[in-house]
Amino acid sequence: MIRLERRPQPSTLWTALTPVLAVLLTMIVGGIMFAALGKPPLEAIRTIFWDPLFHPQFASYSRPQLLVKAGPLILIAIGLSVGFRAGIWNIGAEGQYIMGAVIGAAVGLAFYPSDSVLLFPLMVVAGALGGWLWAMIPALLKTRFGTNEILVSLMLVYVAENILASASSSWLRNPEGQGFPGSRNFKQWPAVFNDELIANTGMHWGVVAAFIAVIGAYVLMARHIQGFNIRLTGEAPRAARFSGVNPARIVLLCLGVSGALAGMAGLFEVTGPAGQISIDFGSGYGFTAIIVAFLGRLNPFGILLAGLLMALTYIGGELAQLMLGLPGASIQLFQGMLLFFLLATDVFTNFRIRFVGREVA
Amino acid sequence: MDPVLLVASIMVSATPILLAAIGELVTEKSGVLNLGVEGMMITGAVMGFAIAVSTGSPVLGFLGAAVASAVLSLSFGLLTQYLLSNQVATGLGLTLVGLGLSALIGSSYEGQRAPTLPKLDIPLLGDIPVLGRMLFSHDFVVYMSLALVVAVWAFLKYTRAGLILRAVGENHESAHALGYKVVRVRMAAIAFGGACAGLGGAYVSLVRVPQWTEGMTAGAGWIALAIVVFSSWRPIGVLVGAYLFGGVTVIQLNLQAAGTTVPVELLSMSPYLITILVLVVISARGAHGAPGSLGRPFHASS
Repeated sequence: MIRLERRPQPSTLWTALTPVLAVLLTMIVGGIMFAALGKPPLEAIRTIFWDPLFHPQFASYSRPQLLVKAGPLILIAIGLSVGFRAGIWNIGAEGQYIMGAVIGAAVGLAFYPSDSVLLFPLMVVAGALGGWLWAMIPALLKTRFGTNEILVSLMLVYVAENILASASSSWLRNPEGQGFPGSRNFKQWPAVFNDELIANTGMHWGVVAAFIAVIGAYVLMARHIQGFNIRLTGEAPRAARFSGVNPARIVLLCLGVSGALAGMAGLFEVTGPAGQISIDFGSGYGFTAIIVAFLGRLNPFGILLAGLLMALTYIGGELAQLMLGLPGASIQLFQGMLLFFLLATDVFTNFRIRFVGREVA
Repeated sequence: MDPVLLVASIMVSATPILLAAIGELVTEKSGVLNLGVEGMMITGAVMGFAIAVSTGSPVLGFLGAAVASAVLSLSFGLLTQYLLSNQVATGLGLTLVGLGLSALIGSSYEGQRAPTLPKLDIPLLGDIPVLGRMLFSHDFVVYMSLALVVAVWAFLKYTRAGLILRAVGENHESAHALGYKVVRVRMAAIAFGGACAGLGGAYVSLVRVPQWTEGMTAGAGWIALAIVVFSSWRPIGVLVGAYLFGGVTVIQLNLQAAGTTVPVELLSMSPYLITILVLVVISARGAHGAPGSLGRPFHASS
C-alpha cells in the first residue's frame, strides 16, 4: 500500500526536478497523441523542441523569434508569480495585457505624427498604467467588498476583448486605412516603433524589460521586506496578520504589480511584433503566462527558463504545423498537459512516498 | 418582441449555464472548488457535437458529452484528491487542457451542422394557448435541467447521502473521523459536476448555436462558477441566477439585432459586467454560506 507522508519542508531537489519530469512526461504523452493523429512522434517532438534552434534552414529565422515570444511571457509571468506567492489569483492577465496595449497605443496615437524621443517612454508608462488600472478593479473590489478576484479578473478579460474590438473598429481606427479595421501601423512610425535593438536577435525593449523584471522580482522576493510579507501572507495568512501585515495592501500590491507588468508587455507587443491594434491582438499570452509561472516554480530565474521553453513550443508548434501539418491546437493542448503533469508530479515535492504493508486497523 | 418567443429563448439560453452551475454546486458542496468548468463544458460541446454528427443521434451526443467530461473531471479529481495538488491551479490547468483538446478534436467538424433535437410537445400542457408554447414546447434537456435542480435540492436536503456529502464539505476532518470516505465522496461529486458541465456544453453546440466553433462556450463555465457564488450554494439560487443571466443574454442579443444606437461591443460585454456587479452585491452583503472546507486539501494523516 502506498502512503503519503507530508515533508516538513518542500524538497529542494524535487522542486527543481519536477519541471524536468513534467516536460519529459509531456513529450511522451504528446508523442503518443501525435502518433494517434498519424504523425511520426519522434519527428514531431524533434520539430518542436530542436529544429527551431538548430535546423540548418529555419533556425536563422526562428531563433530570434524565441526572445520575441519569451519576452511578454516572462514579463507577465513574473508579475503573476508575485501574486500567486501570496495566494492572490490574478488570472485575468490577458485583459490587463490588452488594456495596456490599447491605452498605451491611444496615448501614443494622440500625438501622431510627433517624433519626440519622449513619446515612446510616455507610451510605456501609459501602457503600464492601463494594465495597472485594469487590475485595480478586482483588487479594490476584493479589498472593499471581499469579491472573489479570480472570477472578476477573468470576466474583465471578456470586457477588455470587447473594448479592443471597438478600439480597432472605431475610435483607434487608422483614418487613412480605407475603412479597414485596425489602428495605424507603428512599424511605419520610427519614433515609437519598438524595433530589434540588435539585428537578428529578437531583442526589443520588452525583452530588456523582462530581464529587468526578473532581477527586480528576485530582489523583491528574496531581499525586501514586502517580498517577505508577500510570502508570509501566502504561507501563513494568520501569522502574517498577527505580525502586522496589512492584507489589503498586499492585495493591492500584488495585483498592481502583475497588472502593470502585463500592461507593459501589451504595449511592447503592440508597438513591436504586432505593429497595430487589431481585433486579433489578444493572443493568449496572458493565459500561457500562468503555465510559465508555475513551470518556473514561481521563482524569477525559473520563470526565465520556463518562458524560453514555452516560447520554444510556440515556435516549434508553428514549424510542426508547417512541416508536418500538425493541427495548431495540439500545441495548446501540449502546454496545458505540461501544467497538468507539473501539478501531478509536485506530489514528490511536498510528500514522501512510503510503501507500507497493509495496516491493521 | 413577442413575449412568448422571448421567454422561450431565455429558457434555451439559460439551460447550459444552469446545467453547469448545478453540477458545480454539488462539487462545491462536497468541499471541492473545481475551476475547470469552462474546460469541461467546451470538451462536452465538442464531444457531444462529434458524436451527434457521426451517429446522427443528438441523444447519444448528450450521453457521450456527459461521459467525456466526467472522465476529464476525474483527472482533476486524481490530481487534487490523491496527489493533493492545489485546486485553483489544477482547475485552471483543466480549463487550458479542455480548450486545447476541444480545438484539436473539433477542427475537422467546423462548418458542419448538428442533427436537430426534437421538441417535446407535452400533450395537455402544450395545448394551453400562450403558456403552452412558452413553457411546454421545449426539448427534453430543458426539462431535464429543471428536474435536475429539484433532484439536487431534494438530494441535499432529504437524503442520507446528501447529508454525508454536505458533512464532507463542511468539515472534512470531522467527516473522516466519523468514518466517511472523504476522498471517495468528493470523487463522485467531481464526476457529477463534470457530467453536468458536459451536458451544458453539448447543449451549446447541439441546440443553442447549433454548430461547432473553437472556444464557443465563451466564458459560460466561468459564469456558471459565478452563479454558484450568487446562489449562496442553494439550488434554487442557481436556478434564479441562470435564468436571470439567460434573460440578460437574450435581451442584449435582441438589442444587437434590432440595431440600437448603443455600441455592439457595449452590449456584448454587458453579461460579463452584470456578472461582476452581481458578485460585488453578493459579497458586499457578507454571509455567503460557502461550505466550510471549500478549496482546502484533505490529507488523512494519522
